[in-house]
Amino acid sequence: MSHAGVKPKFETTPLDTPEHGLLVAAARDLKLAMRSRGELMQALVFFIIVASLFPLAIGPETAILKRVAPGVIWVCALLAVLLTLPRIFHQDYEDGTLEQLALSRYPLTIICAGKMIAHWLTTGLPLALLSAVIGMQFGLSPVELGVMALSLLIGTPILTMLGAIGAALTLGVRGGAILMALLVLPLYIPVLIFGTGAIEANMAGLDATPNLYLSAAIFLCGLVLSPFAVAAAVKISLD
Amino acid sequence: MNKSVNKSVNEGVNESANVNLDANATAAPLTLRAESLTLIRGERTLFEDLSFQINAGEALILRGVNGVGKTSLLRVLAGFTIADGGQVTFYNKKQVPLGAIERALTRYVSHANQLKDGLSAEENLHEALLLDAIASTHQSRLDALNKVGLLAQRSIVAKKLSQGQKRRVGIASLILCRKPIWLLDEPTNALDDAGATLLLKAVDQHLTDGGIAIVATHLSLALAQTSRTRELLMHEITLKTRH
Repeated sequence: MSHAGVKPKFETTPLDTPEHGLLVAAARDLKLAMRSRGELMQALVFFIIVASLFPLAIGPETAILKRVAPGVIWVCALLAVLLTLPRIFHQDYEDGTLEQLALSRYPLTIICAGKMIAHWLTTGLPLALLSAVIGMQFGLSPVELGVMALSLLIGTPILTMLGAIGAALTLGVRGGAILMALLVLPLYIPVLIFGTGAIEANMAGLDATPNLYLSAAIFLCGLVLSPFAVAAAVKISLD
Repeated sequence: MNKSVNKSVNEGVNESANVNLDANATAAPLTLRAESLTLIRGERTLFEDLSFQINAGEALILRGVNGVGKTSLLRVLAGFTIADGGQVTFYNKKQVPLGAIERALTRYVSHANQLKDGLSAEENLHEALLLDAIASTHQSRLDALNKVGLLAQRSIVAKKLSQGQKRRVGIASLILCRKPIWLLDEPTNALDDAGATLLLKAVDQHLTDGGIAIVATHLSLALAQTSRTRELLMHEITLKTRH
């Protein structure tokens, strides 16, 4: 046997640049999302249709519509996000790439964070922007539309972060989708309260910022903690 | 209902007398050691007090009938499953499941194909290598696909490849991944004879490079004939009823 000394056939050193992993994971999921744009649109169309049913069902009375708008739009956005949660991990779990992700040289925490960024960019962000259009059907003023979009911009990342934990925990569980909804929806309550609270405060001529700040506080906590929770949940479901 | 499954593990068929570790002569020698591993699933004991050591350049073939615990053992070694007893060491250091060193060392190939349906063969290779932070050029990926006979299919989305072709993409990915420990679960599934030969060649080259391969299979592999290979025969022999 003749070996060529210690030629670096293998890359065995641990990585110390995890930031790059964030980009790799986010770019990977964005690329995959772009490949199945139809699936991507489903949740957005769902949001538009369901939110448009309310003005039709309730009737054209502006006062009532305005009264229910924050709650209706927020709940619709929340359900639309719920529909997309399986996309974060389920496909990877099914085709075995989740194991590759877990054994990636980048830490799983970073990979999970990247996946959540990609998920928010493809669901939360478009939903927040769409909400401004949907809000017009409810007779909201431009300022109110702005506050609503802002509350969703701050709130939807939290929906992604909490939802990713539920999605990871219910991987491989039979009837996982329903279980995930039952797990995640109660956790969404504070986000919903502060999100709709901001819009209602603005409508009542009050300051919307306290509610937005509270949402932002949850967002920041989630930003720091959720990647660890999600990674831990993924490890549990790989066991 | 107090059934317990006992299992004995016979090791050491084909014990190699000629293990040469000079590939890593100056670096710390790569070793993977399992020390009295025990894994219990529900009421079943899949394996108990299982110990072995694999050095750089060696392969271990896990043999045994379905359900005997080959996949579970691989998943313990990969760090996905936490063993109920015993420990795994890499480089004489205790395994930290999915820790940084472990992730840098191991590549796990499950019986799922580990390909994204929406991406082409070449893109799949690219994504897999990005996750392993391995720089690859378009050309190097095409070369690898060429080696596994898929150059013509490089732009076809994985969804449209046959099972065997998907496995071949997996082999190309293994060749490029530059991780020293390969954990392969039934890697010959769906492969034709030529594909199986390709896989054997890849594993052989990997061992020559000083890597480690642990292969679970219920088939007898031609690989088992080489001197660097040992077999671990896993079986359930008795079903004892406790009183």
